[in-house]
Amino acid sequence: MSGGVVAEAVAPRATVVRWRGWVRLAADIGTLLCALVLIVFVLAALWPQLLTGQDPLAADRALILSPPSPVHPLGTDEIGRDVLARIIYGARSSLVLGFGAVLISLVFGTVLGLVAGLSNRVISTITLRLTDIGAAFPELVLAILILALFGGGLATATIAIGIAGIPYYVRVVRGETLRVRNSTYIEASRSMGLSRPAVLGRHLLPNAVRPVVVIATIGLGGATLAGAALSFLGLGSPPPTPEWGSMLSNARNFLTLGWWAAVFPGLAITLFVISTTVLGRRLQARLEGRG
Amino acid sequence: MSALVRVAGLRVSFGGGGAANTVVEGVEFDLAPGECVALVGESGSGKSVSARSLLGLVGTGSRVHADVLEIDGQDARTFSERRWRTVRGRRIGYILQDALSSLDPLRTVGTEVQEAIAATGGPRGRAGRARALDLLRRTHVPDPETRIDERPSQLSGGQRQRALIATALAGDPAVLIADEPTTALDVSVQKQILELFGELKAQGIALLLISHDLAVVSQLADRVIVLQGGAVVESGNTADVLSSPAHPYTRSLIDAAPHFDSGPADAADVSDAGDEAEIVLSAERVSKTFRLPDGVERHAVQDVSIAVRRGRSLGVVGESGSGKTTLARILAGLATADGGTVRRASDDPRDVQFVYQDPGSSFDPRWTVGRILDEAITLRHPSLSRAERSVRVRDWLERVGLSGEFADRRPASLSGGQRQRLGIARALAVEPAVVVLDEPVSALDVAVQKQILELIARLQHETGVGYLFISHDLGVIQKVCDTVVVLRDGTVREAGPTATVLRNPTDAYTRLLIDAVPSLPRASRG
Amino acid sequence: MSLAVWRVLRRLGVSLITLLGAATLTFFALRLVPVDPAFAILGAGQQQVDISPEVLAVVRQEYHLDEPLIVQYLLYLGRLVRGDLGMSYVQEQPVGQLLAAQAGPTVALALAATLLAIVISLVGGVLTAGRRLPSWISSGLELVLASTPVFWLGFILMLVFAVWLRALPILDSGDLRSLVLPALTLALPAAALLLQVLRQSLDDALEQPFILSARARGLGSLAVTVRHALRHAAVPYLTMHGFSFGALLGGAAITETLFSRPGLGRLLVTSVASQDIPVVIGVVLVGTAVFILVNTLVDLSYGLVDPRVRETGRKEVVA
Repeated sequence: MSGGVVAEAVAPRATVVRWRGWVRLAADIGTLLCALVLIVFVLAALWPQLLTGQDPLAADRALILSPPSPVHPLGTDEIGRDVLARIIYGARSSLVLGFGAVLISLVFGTVLGLVAGLSNRVISTITLRLTDIGAAFPELVLAILILALFGGGLATATIAIGIAGIPYYVRVVRGETLRVRNSTYIEASRSMGLSRPAVLGRHLLPNAVRPVVVIATIGLGGATLAGAALSFLGLGSPPPTPEWGSMLSNARNFLTLGWWAAVFPGLAITLFVISTTVLGRRLQARLEGRG
Repeated sequence: MSALVRVAGLRVSFGGGGAANTVVEGVEFDLAPGECVALVGESGSGKSVSARSLLGLVGTGSRVHADVLEIDGQDARTFSERRWRTVRGRRIGYILQDALSSLDPLRTVGTEVQEAIAATGGPRGRAGRARALDLLRRTHVPDPETRIDERPSQLSGGQRQRALIATALAGDPAVLIADEPTTALDVSVQKQILELFGELKAQGIALLLISHDLAVVSQLADRVIVLQGGAVVESGNTADVLSSPAHPYTRSLIDAAPHFDSGPADAADVSDAGDEAEIVLSAERVSKTFRLPDGVERHAVQDVSIAVRRGRSLGVVGESGSGKTTLARILAGLATADGGTVRRASDDPRDVQFVYQDPGSSFDPRWTVGRILDEAITLRHPSLSRAERSVRVRDWLERVGLSGEFADRRPASLSGGQRQRLGIARALAVEPAVVVLDEPVSALDVAVQKQILELIARLQHETGVGYLFISHDLGVIQKVCDTVVVLRDGTVREAGPTATVLRNPTDAYTRLLIDAVPSLPRASRG
Repeated sequence: MSLAVWRVLRRLGVSLITLLGAATLTFFALRLVPVDPAFAILGAGQQQVDISPEVLAVVRQEYHLDEPLIVQYLLYLGRLVRGDLGMSYVQEQPVGQLLAAQAGPTVALALAATLLAIVISLVGGVLTAGRRLPSWISSGLELVLASTPVFWLGFILMLVFAVWLRALPILDSGDLRSLVLPALTLALPAAALLLQVLRQSLDDALEQPFILSARARGLGSLAVTVRHALRHAAVPYLTMHGFSFGALLGGAAITETLFSRPGLGRLLVTSVASQDIPVVIGVVLVGTAVFILVNTLVDLSYGLVDPRVRETGRKEVVA
């Protein structure tokens, strides 16, 4: 083509555009990595023995706060227990709490959200006001209140976080239900001559509930963070059960002597939350891409 | 006179590094003061992109090549972003389509105009406001002292467009680019805006007009460049190109433009008085009033009586705010009237079907084309076996011009025209007595419009359904409808056989509508 | 009465009702406890502690626990309205007094963190909106920061700045320098969420036609973003502020514990540990009241930012 190259509208961006193909590839690798990380965590929760031979409760007093070594790849904590083993065994509490809490929030939140979105003005308003009251409390604070009144422990913590998360799901589901309810295709289905139950079951419900699963996947991260926070504050499982949050709390006073006892458990939490969030977002992108 | 802008061998592509996608190829034109050049083509033809290359606003990831790209005698091919900023607004002004979204909806008209004034080196503050008022007067915005403090949504379509043009004139540019400036407007308003452009042109401004509407273009342009798929297929003087088009694509554009004329009608001359066909849907003295949040009442439909007969098409024509959509929805059962009666041939809701203007949103986004049609067929024939339904699905797809392979696709992957075919198929697959169509072709390209209209007419012959056809476009109505009703502000101004009404209108408003439609010179057709 | 004023009044009314609802919930929560409420109030809820009958009788009388529920409820509301949050038997002080003493440091922390979060998110958002590479980098950082537990982030910051770099103190010494790390710990995750929302909204706004019109007038990228896109991104951004404030309150508890700072958060945690229920309820109610207030302010601010809301009285507007 004759005539010199003109304005490469913003030259640096042309390079970035070439990136597109690579970004897409990275995105897929990213998804794979995250899925892999999640699988490892689930394994750790179900069969920790597969991943480590060490006993998370075995305290070697001679090796208090020793740095990472071939025997203890992530070092030992303030009582001489293997940090890596405690992280692996600690996965169970975190995942049970995370999945359990999200399940509670999801189930109750979806039901209430559907009620709020589908029923008449009165019931809908009442449901919303009740939800607003629940949402008026900061989530962590509400969970702490419940734990203060009903005692600590993993089960209570799971329920507490689950309850604290319900208002959010109610709002999301209600929002989606209303959006779908007012959409043109629902109106079109009714006007075609479809019966109310048919429109509800075939078109409304599937479209309204669909995004919730994705929200839940992303919400798994939030629930896990909340659980770790409670555990950090001493409201989780009683010692010596390994839990990521309480591990950090214990290591607090020995920061200068053995940073690994605090840094690695926290890293585990962060990795887990990143993985679930990324997977959830990818799912969301897929969902929206399809309309 | 020397040219203000010179373009030759323009090529624009997107996406670097192997995946390049050439959007425009070989565009060439000059612009001298007082001249108007039009870039004509359908969506995707590259006309907007070509125009934007004169402002350096083609978009991220684009590469613009040209043999010649001169603005005011300067070689624009080497312009930096900073240099382009001195061109934008000051030498070349840009007017986008649809002022509702082309002006910041959160800011007042005055703020937008004054921003344009300040950005092109003009005064701020009180002096800026005075200048803004001047500009609004120049573009004939009525009552500018009030309008200047209102937001675009508070103005009418025509006023908004004038305000938008005012922002483009702020820097006193010698060249104006207008991208589909009248497409979002009512026909009568469109005429006024075109007159304004004519005025600006007479003042010596060079105009680059972009449009898909040849009729609009023919009013203003001295030269026409026809684009198809990014390539120039024809160019020359407007009169020459329109009277004797050399390229088949140009010819098809001319033919497809639903031109309105006062010659012999296209549709059969059926007079309503002698029509024996059974009435399948009627409205008797129907009215509907809306109450707005601030208490004001809008009488959308007032005392309207119309009747749709089996096998015939009734057209309802009106501009925005005429109440035609509300009327259509009432008749289709999507809304209830406050007064009057709607009579249907039967109580069965399946007998009245609705085709939407925007077909995409009327389909469940998760469903495939096949499933959508299957649901429609099952409504009328619940006891068919899966195999039988599948056969009928294919049958319907082919009848509307889509191949059987479309059954597994989702509506989102279809083009606008294909989606509308699906919408029509779905409506007819329920085997109704009447189909209400709300602006079914307004969102489609001109060539596609023609095909869809022919499809609609053909299917009526085949199935014998009645049509209630809503449109703002007289030319479209003329092609399809036997009888027509003219609606304004919710009341019927005129009704009767299409040919009669359009040839000899009795009502002043009807006459206004007919006059306002830009039409092509008669010699260009046939 | 103009629509705007009516809207404000209505919103305030709703907030009051919500506050009332929250107080009601705590009232009933205390009475849903498996143990005798009197025990819980005395701080003996979970443990087997011997309480003398005289003390129990005093508590019973003070909280009117032997009266019908509705009477208890109304008396409770009456006390709340007067600002009386009851008595902490564990610490032998009125709850209100305890709270007042601890409120100051928490307020300072919350303000500092919020300010930081606003500055970081606004600057970051405006600079990265519409630019592919910066956006990409920013969203990566946001993801990591938002996934980090607050206490771990605090640890890392402590390690880096206090231990390794010795630039900032760990322990609270009452001055501004000791506020930096805790405020940063709270601010960063919040800023990440805020940045994300802001950038996304800005990106959406920048794709609108009126942006092209503004560019065509000769405006530069930054001007276009700040003068046009920012206002359109305001509503989602403010909404996120409302939400992240709640996280801030919870995070304060964690941060104060981690950095051994005095404040309401630490008071809450220690009270839970010592089963001092009246204090727990007191802190929760105050925190919730502030949260409701903040959300109300956010809601009302929509009207300031988006004139369409002012006129229609509705938050969701279609074009």
